[in-house]
Amino acid sequence: MAKIWIRQAVLRALDDAMTDDPSVIVMGEDIAAAGGPFKVTEGLLATHGPERVIDTPISEMAFMGAAVGAAVCGLKPVVEMMFIEFIGVALDQLTTQAATMRYLSRGRLTTPLVVRASAGAGQGFGCQHSQMLDHWFRGTPGLKVAVTSNARTTYGLLRSAIEDPDPVVVLEPRVLYAEREEYEFDRNYRIPLGQAEIARPGSDVTLVTCGAMRRVALAAAETSHANIEVVDLLTLWPWDRRTVAESVVRTGRLVTLEEAPAGSGWGGDVVSSIAIEAFGRLKAPPHRITLPEAPVPYSGALEARFLPSPAYVAEQIATLVSTNKPPLPWWRNAA
Amino acid sequence: MTLSNSNVPIVRREALKNRLEQLTRMVEIRAVEERIQKLFAEGHVRGSTHLASGQEAVSVGIARSIDPDDIVTCTYRGHGHALALGVSPTAVIGEICGRVIGCAGGLGGSMHLVEPEVGLLPTAAIVGAGLPIACGAAMAARARGKDRIAVSIFGDGSANIGAFHESLNFAAIRKLPVVFVCENNLYGEYTRIQLSTPVEDIAIRAASYNMPGVVADGQDVDKVAEAMATAVARARRGGGPTLIEMKTYRYSGHSRSDPATYRPAGELDAWLKRDPIDILAERLAGEKILAPGGLDQLKADISDAVERATMEVLDSPAPDLGEILSHVGAHSAGGDQRWNFWSK
Ligand SMILES: Cc1ncc(C[n+]2csc(CCOP(=O)(O)OP(=O)(O)O)c2C)c(N)n1
Ligand SMILES: [Mg+2]
Repeated sequence: MAKIWIRQAVLRALDDAMTDDPSVIVMGEDIAAAGGPFKVTEGLLATHGPERVIDTPISEMAFMGAAVGAAVCGLKPVVEMMFIEFIGVALDQLTTQAATMRYLSRGRLTTPLVVRASAGAGQGFGCQHSQMLDHWFRGTPGLKVAVTSNARTTYGLLRSAIEDPDPVVVLEPRVLYAEREEYEFDRNYRIPLGQAEIARPGSDVTLVTCGAMRRVALAAAETSHANIEVVDLLTLWPWDRRTVAESVVRTGRLVTLEEAPAGSGWGGDVVSSIAIEAFGRLKAPPHRITLPEAPVPYSGALEARFLPSPAYVAEQIATLVSTNKPPLPWWRNAA
Repeated sequence: MTLSNSNVPIVRREALKNRLEQLTRMVEIRAVEERIQKLFAEGHVRGSTHLASGQEAVSVGIARSIDPDDIVTCTYRGHGHALALGVSPTAVIGEICGRVIGCAGGLGGSMHLVEPEVGLLPTAAIVGAGLPIACGAAMAARARGKDRIAVSIFGDGSANIGAFHESLNFAAIRKLPVVFVCENNLYGEYTRIQLSTPVEDIAIRAASYNMPGVVADGQDVDKVAEAMATAVARARRGGGPTLIEMKTYRYSGHSRSDPATYRPAGELDAWLKRDPIDILAERLAGEKILAPGGLDQLKADISDAVERATMEVLDSPAPDLGEILSHVGAHSAGGDQRWNFWSK
């Protein structure tokens, strides 16, 4: 099997989607002539031409909104936001305009568009370029949110997102772009939105995660004495209640591993839903492993502590499984 | 010889009244940027970093034209501005290396330099973010009855974002004491201005907001200061905002990963012939302020000083892990350390 950079999975998904569907266009800053700030659009301009591969000024509101208008009138725009924080200056067009188009037109108008962006911490980009921000979109009726976690899920989710009839936000953990992985492209491969996958079967505890935390969860599971089942949620909204609930019924324990502070993390919804649905099957209180309630620190040692490590996750789960009581997070232990 | 030896921001700032110090500071900015590039290659800098070699005259020209208690907002391309305003090389390099002696304690990084003592709000990593904030700082100054002004520094690419237009309009209708300074270095990331912006001079956009729009030679520190002086005086006497466009050039790529291959051949060389340090050095030599051979000596001295600052940074610790949770809010660890802008 061939080894590829994960960023190539983005490129391949865009390229194949553009070849298969002439209504797909891509827009963003420096994505055409320069091949993209993260080199995930390299060569698209030469293959598909400047009418479909479009460099924009630094005007996020204009090109996000143009994507909405183009989508309503028959194109399938894929917008690159570079760092997900940049959508902050264009949020209205997505969360208020695109998300309500179908509803307000009573189903007659739709916005089949994709916003894709790099997201997350781990590389020293500082507090304004390191967040996941899925909570800005998750829970907005009318929007879907997916998070990629390796080459295969990147390809499968992006293809599904582009084919989806409604607006979808796809977050791509930036730390993964420069990772190499064995993967054979299959242009028919899709991951249906709303469907989670069991990344590793186990019997003692269900560890629900997504994005770059999938690797952390899998590494923790390797070293742990507990037999951990890792569920990669893949789509954060709408999320796959059934896969998670069935897993928790098998294991009797639920832990979420989130790259977000507890207050805005998706785990709050997962834990409350499963606690309601599977209350009688839980051997221990559900537990959430999250970031502390603080901006992402720049300095290397601090950012490393800030993000959950495999050792920390394994330790938290060991305490939960052995005591059936939720452990404290590191920042409360230290105090 | 000069006061550059001080690490105290306000002292460094006051020193800029001296002609030779203005040159020294420009040489210092260049030396710091070059050292940061090296530190990046050596693995001491994480994430990204945006150098401003070639744009030193804009930084020093602004800093010498405003008071230390005027407020400045600026972007990620802010090392030079921070140094010019008075932040020490140790505090700038320290921040970029994530050390506790950095001006944000190592929590911010290259894109987030700050020093309230000389009016510098945290530099923003989001394009356009500083313009509305400068409007607010100007409102506060007026509400407090001070003749303090606000300066917002941003790039040519930022003139295409909503915040630019909204802020100019807002400042104009309220006659706010703001000087909007656009550093037109011809590129936004890897895109040449002609491909993103249908006007050659950003300054003409001022007309839509009924404020003066001025084009200045950003490679000549005295021209920068001249344009600033007019705008600052207008702002202080209640005349309202001005948009100044500084024509300048960044010698390096957009950020550390950019070799800048998109630039036409010969463009960099042409700009190097109008190097801001050389232009001022020649003038100071003519004014007999700089001795023959003085620039080389100055460069050597500053290079040594920057090297000493770098060693001090590399010998200093990273912040404590406890800092992760400090200063998130007034209730957080670290206590309430609020800067009083109105004490003077
Ligand atoms: C809202 C937003 N969009 C995009 C970016 C990414 N970005 C960072 S710098 C930059 C170019 C800015 O160009 P310009 O305003 O000319 O400033 P310069 O970098 O040349 O100083 C871009 C697009 C950002 N930081 N924020
Ligand atoms: Mg520029």
